[in-house]
Amino acid sequence: MLCEDCREREAELQLTAIIDGAMRTLDLCSVCASERGLSSSSSTPAPLADFLAQLGPEAASGGEGSDEPCPYCGITEADFRRTGRLGCPQCYAHFEPQLRSLLRRLHGSPQHVGKLYMSAGSEAGDRIARLSAMRRRLQRAVDTEDFELAAELRDRIHELEGAE
Amino acid sequence: MIRRGGEIDSRGLSWAAVGGEAGDIVVSSRVRLARNLQGYPFPGRASAEDRARVLETVRTALGELAGSADVDLWEMGDLDVRERDLLLERHVVSRELVGENEPPSHAGLALWVDETAGLMINEEDHIRLQALTGGFELEDTWRTVDRLDERLGELLPYAFHHEYGFLTACPTNVGTGLRASVLVHLPGLVLTKEIRKVLEGIGQVGLTYRGLYGEGSEVVGNLFQVSNQTTLGKEEEELVGHLTRVVGKVVDYERSARSRMLREAPGILEDKVWRAYGILRHARSLGAEEMMNLLSALRLGISLKLLQSPRVETLNEILVFGQTAHLEEAAGGALGEAEGDAARAAYVRTRLQSDES
Repeated sequence: MLCEDCREREAELQLTAIIDGAMRTLDLCSVCASERGLSSSSSTPAPLADFLAQLGPEAASGGEGSDEPCPYCGITEADFRRTGRLGCPQCYAHFEPQLRSLLRRLHGSPQHVGKLYMSAGSEAGDRIARLSAMRRRLQRAVDTEDFELAAELRDRIHELEGAE
Repeated sequence: MIRRGGEIDSRGLSWAAVGGEAGDIVVSSRVRLARNLQGYPFPGRASAEDRARVLETVRTALGELAGSADVDLWEMGDLDVRERDLLLERHVVSRELVGENEPPSHAGLALWVDETAGLMINEEDHIRLQALTGGFELEDTWRTVDRLDERLGELLPYAFHHEYGFLTACPTNVGTGLRASVLVHLPGLVLTKEIRKVLEGIGQVGLTYRGLYGEGSEVVGNLFQVSNQTTLGKEEEELVGHLTRVVGKVVDYERSARSRMLREAPGILEDKVWRAYGILRHARSLGAEEMMNLLSALRLGISLKLLQSPRVETLNEILVFGQTAHLEEAAGGALGEAEGDAARAAYVRTRLQSDES
């Protein structure tokens, strides 16, 4: 599509504006957009819904209701794209294929490497994973001479080991 | 022990009363963790019954926190508009928690009596645990939150995924659920027009910025809230450490911009600072935004030792007590715009005068 201002260059951005009291959408090239005071490399934080809206044609179509809603909370992919929010923890499993690539784009990685959580009834495997994560944190606390944190982590590790 | 929150009086203000490290440039440091409970939809999707159950579950867990200090818990629905605005102006709750007109159902705020931390219940996520400290104290602030999170996690069934970490309503928070942010005062970079370059740099290293009142808010009084943008794929200490290092650099840039201004245009700078002081010290009517901008010049003047008073702590308190809900609270009733501006001017005059002696 050509830019609606210059009619020469390809449009790269969409501007939604109130013009003469009516909402209008303009497709603009980056040159004309910057003349209107908009920057294509927006450094201001955009809400996730805007980000999602820029994610290509499947996002722009807003979903045709063809995909199954989350069986637990009932939200659809279109709901998510509109609000930028998921409905429940189970949505992460239900929308996994779409989310995986989104998470990579948002965070640069789809894999959590921070603190691990072990609920009361969790398996021995979780405990081992958590212990190894805590030992890693302990090592770093020692390396950075953060002895207060190190002492605390050591206590927590002892507690966890005792529970094994 | 958990108590039903009573009078708000001076709760949630301890961050303003300390200058802290680099307190002339870094106003405050905040770390928050987003957590959700298994078995309930996220608050935005949950029924009133589910939200009530989440609130009760968290209340019970807070009561069981062994060896913890006392905790006060307020339900937003029990507070009037002014009380909710007081909490908002103190930065201990978000706009989302208090709502626009009516507060959302079963939204709660827990504050530790020793002022170390706070916890929002049924905000965007079931739990937003946070600590706010005056000055540049990110690492300590993180440790406070981490410690409480470990203990709460033993009492509450957090929603956790082996690959995605702590699950949150918005995928921008998933993983660590950690948002660390620092409120920095950067008039030197704004006046020397270097701020744009610095903010672009911040964006390039995975950080973002916003105004004083969080997402979508405008930058007023040269106060920028710098925070991590990503939450997944890095360890908590790495996120906090990275922000600490980058903000440390920004503080250095700010200091060098200030010394350059002082070298190249000392007269102009001194005049700007003293004019601001003159207006704040004698004006009979002050708008909120005007006050914020003039306070910025004062903070700069104190940091550069162009002014002997007021103290930085006084400026932090004015940032809070000079806001509308606080002025109304002091006046004991609602104030129209003109009355509010007059009350603001009177309050600021008194505070500045008492620091002069």
